[in-house]
Amino acid sequence: MKQKFFLSMILASLAFAVVACGGEMSLSEVDEGATGDSGETPERGVYELEGGTLDDPLMLSSEDVVVPEATGDQPASGSTVRLITHDSFAASEGVIESFEDQTGIDVELITGEDTGSVLAQLILTKENPIADVVFGIDNTHLQQALAEELFVPYRSTLISTVPAELQLDPENRVTPIDYGDVCVNYWKDALDGPPPESLEDLTAHAGDFVTQNPETSSPGLAFLFATIARFGEEGWEDYWQRLADGGVEVTAGWSEAYFGDFIAGGGNKALVTSYATSPVAEVVFAEEPPESPPTGVLTDGCFRQVEFAGILAGTTVEAAAQALVDFLLSEAFQEDIPLNMFVFPANGNAIPPEEFLRHAAVVADPLSLPPELIAEKKSEWTARWVEIVLR
Amino acid sequence: MKSHRLRLLALAAIPAAFVGIFFLYPLATILRHGFDASTLAQTWGNPATAGVLRFTVTQALASTGLCLLLALPTAAALARLRFRGRRLLNALLVVPFVLPTVVVAAAFLSLMDSLGLTDRFRHTTWAIIAAHVFFNYAVIARSVGAFWSQLDTAPEQAARVLGAGRVRTFTTVTLPRLIPAIAASTAIVLLFNFTSFGVILILGGPRRATLETEIWRFAVQRIEFDVAASLALLQLVFVLVIVTASTVWQRRRGVPEHLGAHSASAPRGAAQRLAVLAACLTAVVVIGMPVAALVERSLRHSGGYSFENFRLLGAGTHAMSVSPLTALGNSLTFALAATAIAGSVGLAAAAVVSRSGGAASAFEGLFLVPLGASGVLLGFGALLALDAPPLDLRLSWWLVPITHALIGIPFVIRSTVPALRAVSERLREAAAVLGASPRRVWREVDLPPALRGLAVGVGFAFAVSLGEFGATAFIARPERPTLPLAIFRLLSRPGQANFGQAMALSVILLALVAGAVLLIDRFRLPGSADF
Repeated sequence: MKQKFFLSMILASLAFAVVACGGEMSLSEVDEGATGDSGETPERGVYELEGGTLDDPLMLSSEDVVVPEATGDQPASGSTVRLITHDSFAASEGVIESFEDQTGIDVELITGEDTGSVLAQLILTKENPIADVVFGIDNTHLQQALAEELFVPYRSTLISTVPAELQLDPENRVTPIDYGDVCVNYWKDALDGPPPESLEDLTAHAGDFVTQNPETSSPGLAFLFATIARFGEEGWEDYWQRLADGGVEVTAGWSEAYFGDFIAGGGNKALVTSYATSPVAEVVFAEEPPESPPTGVLTDGCFRQVEFAGILAGTTVEAAAQALVDFLLSEAFQEDIPLNMFVFPANGNAIPPEEFLRHAAVVADPLSLPPELIAEKKSEWTARWVEIVLR
Repeated sequence: MKSHRLRLLALAAIPAAFVGIFFLYPLATILRHGFDASTLAQTWGNPATAGVLRFTVTQALASTGLCLLLALPTAAALARLRFRGRRLLNALLVVPFVLPTVVVAAAFLSLMDSLGLTDRFRHTTWAIIAAHVFFNYAVIARSVGAFWSQLDTAPEQAARVLGAGRVRTFTTVTLPRLIPAIAASTAIVLLFNFTSFGVILILGGPRRATLETEIWRFAVQRIEFDVAASLALLQLVFVLVIVTASTVWQRRRGVPEHLGAHSASAPRGAAQRLAVLAACLTAVVVIGMPVAALVERSLRHSGGYSFENFRLLGAGTHAMSVSPLTALGNSLTFALAATAIAGSVGLAAAAVVSRSGGAASAFEGLFLVPLGASGVLLGFGALLALDAPPLDLRLSWWLVPITHALIGIPFVIRSTVPALRAVSERLREAAAVLGASPRRVWREVDLPPALRGLAVGVGFAFAVSLGEFGATAFIARPERPTLPLAIFRLLSRPGQANFGQAMALSVILLALVAGAVLLIDRFRLPGSADF
């Protein structure tokens, strides 16, 4: 009986394996020519960026920033590189294809759920990685990813275009690709009186404010970090106590807050935790194109999220993976980022589209916390937050 | 006799292998990966866990009870009475299955808003219960209705002739005969409610947690697999209790019935007309009103009503980086594959379950367990377990329909087994004595009464897959966006147009499933032109 069961299991598995794996044999191809030693990467000129302001991107002639190839004579051509990313990833049609055409490398795009889910999957499969490159690990998850030793270091040929304050890993295990600020947004017509100008002002609007649970939402977590960065480990609890006393509303995720409680989706809250770039989307995806967005941004108390790409340890196509990371940092991809993912390109030479720059709020003084501190205290902070706000 | 048992074993091997490879093996792998005895003791002993468990059980029982209460009259009307729009109503009931929870939440809030009840509804346990009834209404109404419609009415007529009143006839004659079908569908609903995820998070709000949302929080947000595995084991214990109770109950009460085509009659008298009205009204309130709110929302554009949201979907100026047509094609491909797998594997399993003795209960229970397993952990388990040849399925698109089929199979089994079991052994023997081969006996004696149940089960399997129900959200997969994923993408960017188009796409999705179910329902018992 038992034997029969296992025999049938094997037979069935063979049948499925034949059907399912037929088209994917090329994945196991080992690329002998891969040279992953970052020391050999020729240094390009180092350009100093002052403060990383994007209003004044440094000019490079276009020849400087051709789509780069991995070291050597196209050693990666003909291989397939698997890129895993979260469900917010988006690129215009033809952008990834242009990389494939120029390098002869095939890109297989794998999409997971949110960043936490993708990171969990990478940690689970690190002995037998599911992809070669990951895009979308942000600074709130970075330390955990580094501690698990998920990456092989790679110093991109274009790293010098990235402002120093975005380069959070001195060992180049991850490469910054984009950044954005989590900020409180408000519906302009719904506020009595002037909009809040600081986190302090926000407490007066607590009953009109919806945010997300930091235990279940990435912008919710970022906003909690912003308050901790602003008020310190001693002061943030008191701040949230005031928001809670004022009647702040909390949802599990961004969509329910923005399209549920916030006025944008028919709700009645005038303020919501979202992004500094959300007003751009309110214009681009408006029903009738408005002169100016219906929403405004409280530019004080914003938390800066930086998203990284990393080459996963255990990849068998390291040269192709390096070429892909370089491409993600190249102007061709970077200038496509803003209107697809509504974040700023990390490459200081990439110029976001005009309408993006016009409507995105400029956050002069974004807040941040060291990734090590985040990794150490995150659970403690969110548990405390739950006690203050939800109990 | 020996060859009969061998055939049965061979038949059992296919579904057993399927659930073994694609469910038990991945689940065991992830549980073993995260297992830690001291964490388990700590988690199970934690008073917070007890609170979560209590809420999980309470809301599941309340949701299931209310659903049963509301859906049974609809089942009766669908089974026994002929009225205009019956077939359409029957198909529309399935619509909630395909709707993403975010969309359902928006529809509910829009509805409550127009009723002025938002503040009393939002983030309450009532919101959870209402959404659960909305999602699961069809499971009871359709499954029980399909079985009921085939019950011989002679016993009822005899009871009435002998002087029993309507109520007494129902409680002593009809209801006991319905128990197998009720038990079967109630177990499915209870398992769904027990492990419900999106409804709890979105409609229940941040203050309510169930075992499933806690498993997700620990696995995904905190990446503490040991705690997640401990909670999943606790969940599994309860799931096994539910499964065992239901299979035992269903088996004990199953009596051979002569199932066949019994034409429903037009309602006679005020009482029956009232019954039809009440049944339809319940369905309209439970399913129709939220769906109407959604349709209304999809037509709202720039302060007026128009088809502009639908037109814009086709115009390609949207935030989902995939054309709706491509997403539709992907969704249909997955759904057809999943339905084919669930239909064939499920029918094989149902044949085994209905024909064998005590071991059949355990065998049937095996296929129910995936309904109650944590979606997150199953998705992660598949990544860990199916990662090497000959089963390197991690990046194969087959993994998606296979996972959908795991949820669809129990529907197929549970909607066909009561009918298969009701076939009298003597009828089979008679056919065999008259010279029919086993295959012919199956085809001509067993299969016909099971066809209507099969249509119901296959309809659910299709809807489950089209709605991306279950674990597939947690399966990293090659970019092949489906309609539900396209809706998520629209709802993950600010902008009025995105919201409107998400609603429009949801309406397309629900029209699609209603159409498909209407079509599937046409494959019915020969000779019963009325259903």
